[in-house]
Amino acid sequence: MRQHLLTVLILLPLLGVLVSVGYSFAPSRQDFHYKWIALAVTTFTFALSLLLVGGVGAAEFRFEENVNWIGAIGARYHLGVDGISLWLVVLTTLLMPIAILSSWTSIAKRQLSYYVFLLLLESAMIGVFVSLDLLLFYLFFEASLVPMFFLIGIWGGERRIYAAIKFFIYTAVGSLLMLVGIIALYFIYGTFDYAAILAAMSAQTTLLSPNAEFWLFLAFAFAFCIKVPLFPLHTWLPDAHTEAPTAGSVILAGVLLKMGTYGLLRFNLGLFPSMSRQFAWIMITLAVIGIIYGALLAMVQPDVKRLVAYSSVSHMGFVVLGLFSFTEFGMQGALYQMLNHGVSTGALFLFVGFIYERRHTRLITDFGGLATPMPWFSTLFVFASLSSIGLPFLNGFVGEFLIMLGAWTSNAIQHPWIVTMLAATGVIWAAVYMLWMLQRVVFGKTNPTNATLPDLNAREIGLLLPLLILMLVMGVFPRPFLDRSKASVEAVRARVAAPPTGGSFAGNSSRVLRVAP
Amino acid sequence: MENNLLSFIIFAPLAGAVINWFVGRRLRNEKIIGFIACASVGISTIIAFYLALKSNGALRSTESIFDHLWTWIQVGRFRADFALAMDRLSGTYALFVTFVGFMIHLFAVGYMHGDRGFYRFFAFLNLFMFAMLTLILADNFLLMFVGWEGVGLCSYLLIGYYTDRKEAGNAAKKAFITNRVGDWGFVLGLMLVFYLTGSISFFEKPEHGVISALQAFAGMGVDPFTWKSLFAGGATSVAVLLFIGAVGKSAQIPLYVWLPDAMAGPTPVSALIHAATMVTAGVYMIVRCSAIYTHAPTAMFIVAVIGAATAIFAATIGLAQNDIKKVLAYSTVSQLGYMFLACGVGAFAAAIFHVITHAFFKALLFLGSGSVIHGMHHEQDMRRMGGLRKYMPITFATMLTGWLAISGIPIFAGFFSKDEILWKTWSAGEFSLPSPLWSKALWFVGAITALLTAVYMTRMMIMTFWGSERFREQDVDHQLEGDAAPAPHSVHEPHESPWVMTVPLIALAVLSTVGGFIGVPYALGSLFSDHPVSYIDQVLEPVLSHVPAGVPHSERAHAVDEMQWLSPKPQQLDGAPAVHALEGPAASAERAHSPEEIRQERFLAMVSVLIAALGIGVGWLIFQKRPLLQMPRILENKYYVDEIYDATIIKPIEVVSREGLWKLFDVGVIDGFLHSLGDAVTEGGRMVRHLQGGFVRSYAAIILIGALALIGLFAYFGAHTLGLAR
Repeated sequence: MRQHLLTVLILLPLLGVLVSVGYSFAPSRQDFHYKWIALAVTTFTFALSLLLVGGVGAAEFRFEENVNWIGAIGARYHLGVDGISLWLVVLTTLLMPIAILSSWTSIAKRQLSYYVFLLLLESAMIGVFVSLDLLLFYLFFEASLVPMFFLIGIWGGERRIYAAIKFFIYTAVGSLLMLVGIIALYFIYGTFDYAAILAAMSAQTTLLSPNAEFWLFLAFAFAFCIKVPLFPLHTWLPDAHTEAPTAGSVILAGVLLKMGTYGLLRFNLGLFPSMSRQFAWIMITLAVIGIIYGALLAMVQPDVKRLVAYSSVSHMGFVVLGLFSFTEFGMQGALYQMLNHGVSTGALFLFVGFIYERRHTRLITDFGGLATPMPWFSTLFVFASLSSIGLPFLNGFVGEFLIMLGAWTSNAIQHPWIVTMLAATGVIWAAVYMLWMLQRVVFGKTNPTNATLPDLNAREIGLLLPLLILMLVMGVFPRPFLDRSKASVEAVRARVAAPPTGGSFAGNSSRVLRVAP
Repeated sequence: MENNLLSFIIFAPLAGAVINWFVGRRLRNEKIIGFIACASVGISTIIAFYLALKSNGALRSTESIFDHLWTWIQVGRFRADFALAMDRLSGTYALFVTFVGFMIHLFAVGYMHGDRGFYRFFAFLNLFMFAMLTLILADNFLLMFVGWEGVGLCSYLLIGYYTDRKEAGNAAKKAFITNRVGDWGFVLGLMLVFYLTGSISFFEKPEHGVISALQAFAGMGVDPFTWKSLFAGGATSVAVLLFIGAVGKSAQIPLYVWLPDAMAGPTPVSALIHAATMVTAGVYMIVRCSAIYTHAPTAMFIVAVIGAATAIFAATIGLAQNDIKKVLAYSTVSQLGYMFLACGVGAFAAAIFHVITHAFFKALLFLGSGSVIHGMHHEQDMRRMGGLRKYMPITFATMLTGWLAISGIPIFAGFFSKDEILWKTWSAGEFSLPSPLWSKALWFVGAITALLTAVYMTRMMIMTFWGSERFREQDVDHQLEGDAAPAPHSVHEPHESPWVMTVPLIALAVLSTVGGFIGVPYALGSLFSDHPVSYIDQVLEPVLSHVPAGVPHSERAHAVDEMQWLSPKPQQLDGAPAVHALEGPAASAERAHSPEEIRQERFLAMVSVLIAALGIGVGWLIFQKRPLLQMPRILENKYYVDEIYDATIIKPIEVVSREGLWKLFDVGVIDGFLHSLGDAVTEGGRMVRHLQGGFVRSYAAIILIGALALIGLFAYFGAHTLGLAR
């Protein structure tokens, strides 16, 4: 099974879908059984995904599967996992059972379709991270949109339709441009295979003209930057996050945003290194603006969930900053920060979900003094917030610190210290908005309506526990995580950081192919 | 040498915190919780004393004790170990921190008696000890930063300990955020250290392949004394960035505003965190980095000026406060200013000396005030006290020694350390000061501060322990105009505190009396003995860097023009030979003992004594008669600094973020643009829809128009131009 492990991981949730749908025809079916099926499937998927961990460490792809898919156009079913995608896959499979447990009591209507969409989403997300064929990647990338669209549109909050459509159109526009880019690459290289294209570029057998690379970089970057989201393409995010059901927000923040930064790292930096260097100052500028802008907007949100959503803009800005620093610190930190953000922000959305379920409001002013009726909730919420703030020995610090160190030592831009100094203010702002929110939600005088709220139950604590433990472990022992991704990240970095002639194009025009036939 | 006992110093309190948090929560037994908390700190204390003072201990040999636990972060060249080190500096610090910490833990068992969150309090307090000791014993910048932020977190948790009090929550948040502003500088300084030296370790550890960043700095040339060097990206930039961190943590201008508010926490917290230990972390860090500062005269000048300014500024505010803890808080800010003044003039040992004596007497004064507050049933307003010396004799007697110590009366601890700082300021060379006049000016500021200190402390003592017993006067509330909290005031008979509270008071009182003898300067010691020894100097001398003796400014001036803005390799810009860390301490010590200087130093000591006596005398004369004398409003309102910050920084940021960035830009501009894009598409579709009306005649008309247009085109351009025919 080990050589087909990735296929198994993608298919398992689909199998869960089949089982659920089949069960729905059973005469004695019970609605509450769907969540058990989904939970069992996703937990098993998570357990299987852990098998990947031992096999990955070097720069090459492991667990590769490479068979013919659509022979007529040379599209292949090519999967593989390396240090960059490994932890993202594990993060995905870990967050799924947690998301399902968080929906345990809050989702009452249309349970079958709800869990089916979640399972479909899982397949698509795993597929995105392990696809090594551009067409296959695009397929999964788009496939992840649809279930999320329905999750927001059906089970979301008051403005769910608006949010769902905004989310869909925003991201679909981006990915259509990427499709154009993929097709263009196909015409140049005659294949959709990522590894083959990369090999052709590295061996300098087929090279892109600067002009072609410019447009291809833009097409891919546009799709991914919307997904990240990078300022100023972020406005779908607060609406989608806020209106989505808790599980949707967790997955959205935890995994879907990472598809953007993953794409930037894998495809933009990997395939278009020269343009990446040229665009670095723009990307870094936008990232730094995003860090500060997202934080300032988070600070003034009256709605807890919107606050956490805007904080994502700020945190994901750090990731982009790290990626485009082209240093080992920055890129490793960025990859680590993707995981951290998934864990911390995922947890924060769960906390917001818990109080929403109890009070059916997300307005900060409706809360206050929850520490008295809900001591467990308050303690753990403070803990998760501290992780988001980036307190040393919790996970967020390691990522942010490495990213800032990478930015400071970067030679991708001029005056990197100015960038670092500005980005570092993001850490101050994080303390401002999180602590201010905590003070208004958790501390202070208890509002009489909140005085009787029940504390977290065993299920809620249980589903948080893995994330809380991860926050501590990833903060104190980051090396097992960083060491596994080291070689793969270094391979990408080496490509980007190479001098202009060693990149994807050379000055020799006779060997340059143009996009236009 | 390696010694694994070292990690027990930090992990014992951590274990205490964990046990109390998880087990103590269930037990709800104050005796057991208190015992666990005190015992864990007690273990740290014993181990710290053992490791520091044993025959080849950290304070007695030149070798440091190491304990390498694990490599925390390793990416590329960057390496941060979780590794501890005890050298003479961190050993000295660890001794008084564990000891004073233990005393305050003991005191707190009595003070917090009956509190609902007893377990929580001690868990946090133990966690604080863990963080503080990590800060001290860390062998590299990043682990120090872990402790640095950790103490900030514990401070946050403990200031906000009374979770249902709004002002406590506000104060906690303010403390954390203000500290974060400082931490911004610390992190950036740390990165610049790494950027310049490739290491963040304080120590050379060949067996791990780690070089010392500090020694690398010691090998660099001295930065020129110019403002430009601030932005040159060399030692001066590092020093200033790190100093920003110290300004936040140690409550100096302009980031001092959190410390007075932090008094909203329980009094033992104020004593431990906001007086004796945490707030001196900034001083510790600067002394630890003395190798960097002695290469950055501009930074040292800034440190000295900020320190002196803070000292006198806070002292004036302290004159007019009515809350007993607020007086002590501003006094702490002021005393911290002295310590930075000492650092700024290169008197690093004197700074540490004052840290230690201050820890004794300020912890004593805070615990004393805690005992008073406890005895007065949580009354903190001195206007409602008075005459307490009859009711609380032990508290009174012990606070008396604290008062004399902070005022600078000879024999008591504060006299020696404060006098040392003033003397070192007076005799400071030109290295970090623009002209010789500056050393006299800074001395003068320090002396005035000493006078004010004696005055406000006398005021505090009189208002609390002497005079009429105002806590009996029911109508006192009406006399106190502008009182923020006119709570229904009931009369309680004040009472002396139990032994767990008085024993620490007595112990600290003894130390506040005799603690100064560890650092008697030569000039005074030689009056009584032939070979006087200043232990503190003797211990710390080998680990401190020294200001290079009198480099004339003109010689360094030529380097200025070559400096670029944040140029990456500033050390190459200065042609001056590298100054080594241990260069000639003996020479400088020899010089200090010239008869002329000894005469001057003795004279200045006499002046100090006179100033202290004058301060106490003036205070006594004024406040003995009129303890409730109305002080100037501007002082009572702390120069309105909080209000100014609120109006010029906090409010504008909030309003711009809410109205400008969010409502106008995010919702209005970005989303507005996208919506109009969507509307345009819809509108365009609506218009185009009319073309498909379903009428055959209109289709026919369109076809006709299209055909005519095509024919027209062909006719106009001709087939050749379009390339259809060859």
